Order: sequence, then C-alpha cells, then structure tokens
Amino acid sequence: MISLKPKPILLNLLLIIITVITLTPFLWMVSASFMLDGHASTYPPRFLPDEFTITQYSKLFTKLNITTNMLNSFILSISVTLISLLFNSMAAYAFLKFRFKGKEKLFTILLSSMIIPSQVTMLPLFLMLKEMGVINTYFAIIIPGLANIFGIFLIRQYAQSIPDSLFEAAKIDGATDFQIYTKIFVPIIKPILVTLALFTFMGTWNDFLWPLITLTDESMYTLPVAMSNLMSEHSKDPELMMAGSVLTILPIIIVFLAMQKQYIKGLMMGSVKE
Amino acid sequence: MNSSKYKYDSGLGSKKSLIIFLSPALLAILIFFFIPVISAFIMSFTDFSIYALADWNYIQFIGLDNYFRLFDDPLFWIALKNTFYFVITAGPLSIIASLTAAILLSSKLTAFKSFFRLSFFLPVVTTLVAVAIVWRFIYHPNFGLLNYFLSYFGISPIDWLGDPVWAMPAIILMAIWKSFGYNMIIFIAGLQNIPEQLYEAAEIEGANSWHKFHHITLPLLAPTTLFVGIITLIGFFQLFAEPYIMTQGGPLNSTLSIVQYMYQEGFRWWNMGYSAAIAFVLFTIIFTGSIIQLKMKKND
Repeated sequence: MISLKPKPILLNLLLIIITVITLTPFLWMVSASFMLDGHASTYPPRFLPDEFTITQYSKLFTKLNITTNMLNSFILSISVTLISLLFNSMAAYAFLKFRFKGKEKLFTILLSSMIIPSQVTMLPLFLMLKEMGVINTYFAIIIPGLANIFGIFLIRQYAQSIPDSLFEAAKIDGATDFQIYTKIFVPIIKPILVTLALFTFMGTWNDFLWPLITLTDESMYTLPVAMSNLMSEHSKDPELMMAGSVLTILPIIIVFLAMQKQYIKGLMMGSVKE
Repeated sequence: MNSSKYKYDSGLGSKKSLIIFLSPALLAILIFFFIPVISAFIMSFTDFSIYALADWNYIQFIGLDNYFRLFDDPLFWIALKNTFYFVITAGPLSIIASLTAAILLSSKLTAFKSFFRLSFFLPVVTTLVAVAIVWRFIYHPNFGLLNYFLSYFGISPIDWLGDPVWAMPAIILMAIWKSFGYNMIIFIAGLQNIPEQLYEAAEIEGANSWHKFHHITLPLLAPTTLFVGIITLIGFFQLFAEPYIMTQGGPLNSTLSIVQYMYQEGFRWWNMGYSAAIAFVLFTIIFTGSIIQLKMKKND
C-alpha cells in the first residue's frame, strides 16, 4: 500500500471524477433508451427522458426481430463455454497428472503460440469451414471455440497446487482415470472453472470480427453483428440504438456483477503468475 | 519439471486414457489453430482470389509478390501509420491511466474502494460494439454530450468523427476509457506484492511521495509493467471494431487500421492471398514489439 501525501478529499475527488467519466456513457445510454424518437438528438442534450417510454424496446422486439439475435448470442455463448470447459479441463488434467514424452516442450509451444493474433488464422479457417459447409451456421462459431490454450493454461496453473497424494490414494483404491477426473479433479478445480466459464461466456458474447465474417444471414447474427448492421440503417436514431446497446450489454453486466469476485481473481491469476 | 513428483504410474490403461483426455483439445487446437496459421503463411505466397474461391486450380504461387505489392500500396501504409499512431498514443496513455487509478485505489485514504474499482472496470467487460455505438452518439457534433460539456469551457463544437484530424484522437480516447480498468486490476495485484516496510523505511529516511514512487513503486512494479505493456501492445495492434463502428475507417482513411484493411481485402474483395500477407505483417509487428519490450527490460 502507498500512502500518498495529498489530502483524502483531493484523492477521493479525483476518484469521483474518474467514476463520472467511466459511468456517464452507460447512464446516458440507459436514459436515452427510454426517450421518444428524436429526444436524444437535441441541443442542449436531455439527460433524462421528458416522458418515459419503452417504444424503442418494443420496436426492437416486434419490428426488428432482436429476439432471434439475442437467442443466437445466448445459444452460442453457452455452447462454446460448456464444450471448451470440458475439453480444456480434460487437457489440463492430462498435462498435470500424466507422464509422457515431450510434455513440457509441447506445453511451451502451446503457451508461446498465444502471441499469434487470431486474425492470422481467419482466412484459412474460413475456407475450411466453408468446405465443411458450416459457414452461416452455429458451428462456424463453435468449432474454433472447442478448446483454447489460455483455458488449459489457466486450469493447469490453478490445479498445480493439488497434492499428488490425493490422486494416488484414489488410484490405489482402484479408481479409473475417468473416475479420478470426474470425482476428484473437477470438484477441486470448480472455482477456476467458474472463472473460465465467465471469461469464455463474455468473450463469445462480445466477439465481433469472427461472427461478422462467418454469419451472413440476419437471422443468424449475434447481437453485436446485428447492432452493427442496425447502425448503418439507424444512424440517426440514437434512442433506438441505445435501447439495442442496453440489451446487448445487460446480460454481460448482470453476469459480471453477480460474479465479479471470481472474474477479478481469475484475471489476476492469469497475469501475475506469468 | 521435477519428474519425481509424478509418481503416478502410466500403466496399460493410462496410455489409452491419456489419449482420450488430451486429444480432443489438442486436435481442435491443431486443426483449427495451428494448421490455419501455417496455411495462412503459405497462402500469403499465392494469388488466392475470388476465382480460386470457386476453383482451387486457379491458385498460383507468386513468391513474395504480395509483400512487394504491400510495400507499394499507399493504403497499406496509411493503415500501418494509423495503427502505429493509435498504439503509440493510446498504449502509454492507457497504461498511465491504469497505474494512476491503481495507485489511487491502493491508497489507505480511499473510501468506497470496491465501488470505485467496480465502476472503473465496468467498461472492460461490456460489449465493444455496443459501447462504440454509444460513443458514436457522445461524439455527435451537434447533439453529443462531449461537445456540450466542452461548450462550458468556451470550446466551439468539434466534428469528432467527421474531421480527419480529430477522428483518431476520438477513437484513442474511447479506447482508453474502455481498456484502462483491465490493466488497473493487474497493477493493483502488483502493488499488493510490494512490502509495506519498504515505504516505511523510506519515510524514516525522509523520502517524499515522488521519491517513493520513483525508487520503490516503479522498479518493483517493473515485471507487472512489462506484462501490461506486452498485452496492451498485442491488443491495441488488433484495433478493429472501434473504427468499424464509429468511422468505417474514415474520414479520408484517417482511422483505417491494419485489421480493417485485412478484413476488407480478404472478406470483402476476397483477395485472400494479399490479405494473408497483411495478417503476417501484423503478426511480425506484434512479435517484434513484444521481443523489443522483453529485451529492453532485460537490459535495465
């Protein structure tokens, strides 16, 4: 801890100013989403709606079919999260508790390849998925998300502290590797699985470039792609666009607020321990 | 790795289960990550275009031609310049903002710590596309909140996203707002690892706040700063959604980024060989940038 000299008032004032800057866009977004058409396009700007209305939201749901996009976002984020959790935790278990030739080398190769930006893979991946006939289907998003190096790394990092004796005892009792994985490994790593689930869910929900490339029909769009598409037609309708933004962000904020402790802990773990 | 730690015998059944446990993830990563990386590299030496998309017999190897073409492509240089402008400005500013916020939040004098931390972090988790849309309206020349706020200081309206001079600073400002909370959390963790006694000892010797910051906080935080520097660099070089939503790369290409150029060439015009070359230039830049940072810290 650092005890800076400036008086507490000054310090807290500074923090309040930063808070105002970080929160104002969100507050205005929410407020404008409840305004009538044109009410967010005035000078001086309105900070609160004169007349509280949900017409923007009903327009999104009835005319613009945002329910479909929301459903796409939910289905994709949840499937990618569940599948990758399973694959990543299985691989992490293998990396931790099995002996095999070249294990450390393999792990180092995986780790160092994390520096490769995903954009590099996008062109061939697109062609592969096109050959497989899955462009513009859920599989276009799920397949590249089946497993990821960061997830394996994070679980392995967390599980390193589990004493081997736990596993050995089970082994002596005649448990199979599969039983050890389900009955001992998974329960112990549950906290990090929750954190990783948060990361993956949010990452998939927020992702933009890849769904923009691979989902081509409006009915297949995830929320961010649908919003980007809507923006080109409704650039003069801030009230409508703000309602759409609220709907896009809200699930993420709810999940985050409910589980921020796990999220922040995981973030620190993924970084500080190298 | 200490192999004696792994006493678990890999008997007969174990080899089979090793394959069962490891192969799903490993195969997925191999097929959908490593093979595409290698293919992209090969692709960057071909003239893969919309014709090849229909019939792969049209593909021809053209050696380094794509890279030579990039060298003569004014639009590529603009994208490169814009991306560097963004990274070199937004990167350090974002890290300074993160460190400042982390130090303020680590102070004993701070009240409502968890509230402040939460509100600083909120932009990080929210959907980039959605907040870019919000900021697009905040930057509106006539009705936007920012110009309204600036009018109190007698500053006449600025066409933030419509003026080639202001468009990039506007994107930089938004990117800092969106990202500083992430590094702030990492800095807070780093600050917690600095022993309190160091500061107490320094105080006894009469050090002021600046001395303590300069001689204790900064040097002991160096590994954290290195990590933060590298992930910020990697993330910021991939600039895409902000300009795509707020300016579409304009006005006059003043916010066209490398990734957006890659996207346009590859997925709008289907010049996939050329686009792959752009992707590899991006990778080379990110790789070199990370190595330079590592080297600089080692020499310290």
